[in-house]
Amino acid sequence: MLEIENVSHAYGDLVSLNRVSLRVGSGEIVCLLGPSGCGKTTLLRIVAGLEAAAEGAIRFAGVDLAGAPAHRRNFGLMFQDFALFPHMNVADNIAYGLRRRGESKRVIAREVESLLARVGLPGMRARDVAALSGGQQQRVALARSLAPRPRLLMLDEPLGSLDAQLRDQLALELRQIIKDQGLSAIYVTHDHREAYAVADKIAVMNIGAVEQVATPQSLYRKPKTAFVAMFLGMRNIFGAGQGDFAARLLSALECGRAEARAVLIHPSGIAFGTTTEDRSLCLDGALVGAVFRGDYYDVNVSLDCGASLYFPSPTLPVEFGAETPVRVAKDALIALDG
Amino acid sequence: MSGLTRRAALLVYLVPLVFLAVFFLYPLLSLFDLSLRPDGALDLSAFARLMSTDYYVGTLVFTVYQAMVSTIATLALALPCAFVFARYQFRGRSLLLSLATLPFVLPTVVVALAFAVVLGDGGLLNDLLRTLFSLDYSPVQLERTLTLIIIVHVFYNFAIALRIITSYWSSVGFATEEAARSLGARELDLWRDIRLPLIRPAMLSAAVLVFIFCFTSFGVVLILGGIRFATLEVQIYYQAVSIFNLPLAAALSLVQIVAMLAMLIVYTGTQRRLQVGLASRAAIVRKPRTATQRAMISACVILIAGLLFTPLLALIWRSLFLTGRLDLSGYTGLVERSRASLLFIAPLEAVFNSLRFAVMAMTAAFVLGLIASHMINRKGRWSRYSDPLFMLPLATSAVTLGFGFIIALDEPPLNLRSSWLIIPVSHTLVALPFVIRSVLPSLRAVPPSLGEAARVLGARPLTRLLTIDAPLVSRGLVVGATFAFMVSMGEFGASLFVAQRESVTIPVVIYRLIGDPGLSSYRQALAMSVILMLVCAGGFLMIERLRAAGVAEF
Repeated sequence: MLEIENVSHAYGDLVSLNRVSLRVGSGEIVCLLGPSGCGKTTLLRIVAGLEAAAEGAIRFAGVDLAGAPAHRRNFGLMFQDFALFPHMNVADNIAYGLRRRGESKRVIAREVESLLARVGLPGMRARDVAALSGGQQQRVALARSLAPRPRLLMLDEPLGSLDAQLRDQLALELRQIIKDQGLSAIYVTHDHREAYAVADKIAVMNIGAVEQVATPQSLYRKPKTAFVAMFLGMRNIFGAGQGDFAARLLSALECGRAEARAVLIHPSGIAFGTTTEDRSLCLDGALVGAVFRGDYYDVNVSLDCGASLYFPSPTLPVEFGAETPVRVAKDALIALDG
Repeated sequence: MSGLTRRAALLVYLVPLVFLAVFFLYPLLSLFDLSLRPDGALDLSAFARLMSTDYYVGTLVFTVYQAMVSTIATLALALPCAFVFARYQFRGRSLLLSLATLPFVLPTVVVALAFAVVLGDGGLLNDLLRTLFSLDYSPVQLERTLTLIIIVHVFYNFAIALRIITSYWSSVGFATEEAARSLGARELDLWRDIRLPLIRPAMLSAAVLVFIFCFTSFGVVLILGGIRFATLEVQIYYQAVSIFNLPLAAALSLVQIVAMLAMLIVYTGTQRRLQVGLASRAAIVRKPRTATQRAMISACVILIAGLLFTPLLALIWRSLFLTGRLDLSGYTGLVERSRASLLFIAPLEAVFNSLRFAVMAMTAAFVLGLIASHMINRKGRWSRYSDPLFMLPLATSAVTLGFGFIIALDEPPLNLRSSWLIIPVSHTLVALPFVIRSVLPSLRAVPPSLGEAARVLGARPLTRLLTIDAPLVSRGLVVGATFAFMVSMGEFGASLFVAQRESVTIPVVIYRLIGDPGLSSYRQALAMSVILMLVCAGGFLMIERLRAAGVAEF
């Protein structure tokens, strides 16, 4: 459906996008995930037609969009701070796109009513948008961007200004509504948990370039670069510069790739105790830190060789400071490109 | 605070309150008295005459009409410029925005004369057109027309409208606009559905403020229009000074005061609405992308620079080259007493007078303003009542103040009518709100926790004042004092009423010199205007540099 091909963009001397390519299939939700300043919002604005790319092409259903102004693209865009029109009530906000298309009053009234029901705000037509709660404003913004039945929906950190509890709930609702409409969507966020929950496919971005595109599951299982692993919250990364331990890990990689410059020990493959399987590594260390998370502890074991391992554990087998063996499943070792 | 120091503090607070009561409320009440009871008994005949005479009704109608036209013209010009400023980043943007405020501090006599120099019958524009097209007449006939008055009003108020609309527009941001575009809105839809409705509170607020300024315009109308285009202000002056019809002048003043109060209430209402609205992310000014956008910026820059600098540079040019070659006799003539019949003193003495009065008014306004600000800054009832109280002189036109002075302070125990003291006192009154509005924000910006921290660390009250408060509010103090100095230097309306032969100030002398047909008088008027303009521009630059740190509420 949407094809982004070698798109570059710069603010003055500052390169914000460097030859970015990405595809969004029909009915697919693609998340752009990355830290602030990585270019994800800029890419979104270029697709929306609010910003012009310096190079590259954007095609939708095979048609090049170069020169098509934002108001002709029929792409829905939901803004980070919602950008609701403060001088209009809920119904007028939602109806705005329909009015621009010259729909009849009857059609508009019917659409607004059904959208309000769809986003869970029945009977709120005449409310002043400034008087709504954050979650309600978010729903109005979603209804407004859905109203003109866009060919593609884009969401720029749509949950960014809401509190954590509301975020989890609304992320699921958002995905459900987008899927129900059969829409293709681009979803920008810097929160990997939100991306896991919403996306069919995640594109991780770093300083203006896409580092990896994958499903949430395979992104979690097999991050390709050190940046991706770190951004997903994984800390057991050992670079070639870190001496014997890293060299030992590299050699332990059965089909060790020569070009690998670092090794990740996936936290899900680490546990306390020794092992009887030969497909595992056994390491000695001491428990130096543990954070209680409810269902589990985030523990930190300082290995005798000097390195630290971080992993989740359901129990704490020893006291702080005590010696403890740790086992690492061999398939938890992942080679990273730089 | 011990009981003794609390009582001492209350005594200190009394000083500005007494000043306000004696020099503001008392003259104002005298005005009311004179208009309602000219001979000791209630007598509304002055009002009856006012309302039944076509001429006076005409004055009222004209005052409203010219203010309305001026306001519309100002907004029509400021709106597109505000769009450019709020939206695009370009070289010199902030410099231009800050320079555009310069007219605000320029004395009316100087500006009126500057525009006469450019657009008058013998002005530079006509000179240029005559030379270009070899004409033997002046093609631009603007002298003594409403058009010229309105042009000058636009010059004065353009920056006020520009600043209010630009800052509001930047704060609401452009995200809603982009949302509308993504929903299919075209450029025309954007103006109709989003931009104009969104900035309506700012437009309204700017319109009311500009209307107030034009409604009370005195110097500009007096010099450029004369009695034929008398506004309420000019009519008060004319009735009181020229035909000595004091009850009628007082009745007109009362109308003026009531109208001002009504407009200020409306203005406060519009200001409150400026603060509502959805929170939005910080403004994003972008570099222009298309040729159209660059053309819009160029047009805006040329318009502002032209409107701003042409008259001021023309004034300097004319003061040096009135007859085509360099001639400094305007400046050298300032020391001569030869114009005795007209002025009674040498013009240079007026310069000394102005400086002397300005230093006195600045000192008095500074001290009173500091005490008043401190009082307003206290929590509770004091603040609620004292803030609007001290702003009242701002809401009263200078002419009304001057008129109130000469009818109230002319008999014992306070006979200042023939004393030069009356001038710095009147200037202090006019400058006081400016000082308070400059000092108060910096006082408010000092968090109480700083004083408490100093206290815990062992600082005594005086030490706290010297080491914590004074350094933190010093910028605000300097801005306030500079404002007071400039207000006093340029004050025209009140001075014209109360100045004696020997105590005339620069603006009054310029006005008298313009009225004299002689060429050497005109030269001296130009020279003095240039001097006054440079003094005010210097003060303005100082304020703008300090304001970069965010002090002052203007």
